[in-house]
Amino acid sequence: MSQALLSAAEGAVPAKREITTKPRFSDRVFRAVVSGGALSSLIILGLIFFFLAFQGYSVLRSQGIHFITSSNWQVVQDTAGNVDPKHTQFGIAAMLIGTFLCSLIAIIVAVPVSVLAALFLNFYAPPVLKKIMVAVVDLMAAFPSILFGLWGFFVLMPSAEYWAKLLHHFLGFIPIFKVDPPIFTRSPFVAGLVLAVMIIPIITSVSREVFSQTPLDRIQAAYALGATRWSMIRAVVLPYGRSGVVGGAMLGLGRALGETVAVYTVLNIVYQVNWHVLLGAGGNVASMILLKFGEAGPQEIKALMAAGLVLFLLTLLVNLGADLVVRRSGGKGR
Amino acid sequence: MSDEMTTGRGPGLVSSLGDVARRRFESKRVTTAVQGVGLEARGIHAWFGDRMVLEDMSLDFWSGTVTALIGPSGCGKSTFIRTLNRMHEFIPGAAMAGQVLLNGEDIYSSGTDVTKIRLKIGMVFQKPNPFPSMTISENVLAGLKLAQLKVDNKDDLLEECLERAGLWNEVKDRLSSYGGSLSGGQQQRLCIARSLAVRPEVLLMDEPCSALDPGSTLRIEETISHLAASMTIIIVTHNMQQAARVSDYTAFLLSDGGPGKMVEFGPTGEIFSRPKDIRTENYVTGRFG
Repeated sequence: MSQALLSAAEGAVPAKREITTKPRFSDRVFRAVVSGGALSSLIILGLIFFFLAFQGYSVLRSQGIHFITSSNWQVVQDTAGNVDPKHTQFGIAAMLIGTFLCSLIAIIVAVPVSVLAALFLNFYAPPVLKKIMVAVVDLMAAFPSILFGLWGFFVLMPSAEYWAKLLHHFLGFIPIFKVDPPIFTRSPFVAGLVLAVMIIPIITSVSREVFSQTPLDRIQAAYALGATRWSMIRAVVLPYGRSGVVGGAMLGLGRALGETVAVYTVLNIVYQVNWHVLLGAGGNVASMILLKFGEAGPQEIKALMAAGLVLFLLTLLVNLGADLVVRRSGGKGR
Repeated sequence: MSDEMTTGRGPGLVSSLGDVARRRFESKRVTTAVQGVGLEARGIHAWFGDRMVLEDMSLDFWSGTVTALIGPSGCGKSTFIRTLNRMHEFIPGAAMAGQVLLNGEDIYSSGTDVTKIRLKIGMVFQKPNPFPSMTISENVLAGLKLAQLKVDNKDDLLEECLERAGLWNEVKDRLSSYGGSLSGGQQQRLCIARSLAVRPEVLLMDEPCSALDPGSTLRIEETISHLAASMTIIIVTHNMQQAARVSDYTAFLLSDGGPGKMVEFGPTGEIFSRPKDIRTENYVTGRFG
């Protein structure tokens, strides 16, 4: 310490050297190729963002904050067939809240199921069954969403209606489970369940991967202390995998927020904010865009682009939030 | 000395190790060892898949003694001690034959609750492995939670275990910091404290000092010496000096490319100063391995 001070006083501390290496030509070429690959997705994302922003700008400007706070969506035309900008209103509040509700239901249902499935696959399933189930789950993650939608419509909805009635009967005193008038089909609840089925494979897959990386020495430490399999999982696997599960859930949430066709098939889209999840009236930004796109005039198309932009930003925000959560809870269990 | 002369060996490493071991052996209470109580291995064979890695190991571990298992890498030492608390069966394809008797009862007999066995036969691993999501005190008491045991006074148990593991003075002021914040040697002593908390009768140690510096190693060896008075300790080690310093009995295992076998077993002093088998002599003098 004293020596360092002494030499500093004498000015004898040498300047820090700059350390460089001259990369070889082949290395530089490869570097350019991989950088190009990495940049391309960023560029495409940026292009989509600018396209949506450019197209939706005029609508966002004229509607202002009402675009996300009001639920009116009406195109008013004058007698000549031109759009009357004064009375035309675009607001997606109901759609945003609907999207949020459906996704929340999906996450609430899907995360516990997925975590249990992942634990089963890693720690309980016999090897042969594990192999088969892992393949099936991974296949399900890549399944076309319209098939989930159709199955949800014809198979899930009739039973889901029954469960919804049960929920309403026993928990109807809780405001969000109120149903009036008694329409139970095509509700956010049903759409949430279909979304849950869709994202369970994704969350299961991610969770299984994280759980399987639990350090063996910790697992053995727990067993050597007389742990049962379940107490070992609780003490070692879950703390270790927690951040991974959160990450998987956010990946699933991302898909749930943007899911279009499956929700479109099973959800009754109504331009009115509805917090009653069992009632057959809901909203979803992506499905609304699909619903309106076919017969939209030029002005309405722009409004749909603006809605797309909002969805884009929402997804981005959720992913950023997920990143924060993962980083904050990540350190402890590792 | 005359024995050593007849085997044609000079007064080098071996005799000094032998002296260390003999001094320890004579100064200790080997007389307290009670036969028939403790752990007995009977004809242990072990396989990974079709490959036999351990052949016909029979050894008695009497309570109140420390037994060292020595031998070159791959001779089956670790596999052997892992059969003693049924950790062997976690490896896919692992199989065993023979009997392990704890106080006369076979721990492999059907209907045995394996979690209860592991409470009585604790284990300390090569690499310190505290639970990083738990604090120091939670780590020590983790076994109680894992095995769903009830204790009246957790604070007393906590202090007692850390004291016995020789860690109490270093951590008593920061019991609620995380286990990972300790140094490697402290972590290993934390792991020892953790295994003591469920009050095992036998403690298996699989090269507990191989990842530690000499200072920490010394502390762990002191800990082992203190613990030996009250329990059976079986330690795998690659360090001859360590075997000589801490153990009462030593078993030498060797594999000639096939399954590992026990070459020689005896009081540590004799293994290091008057080995009966030339292979033991070659190994403990450092001529190979």
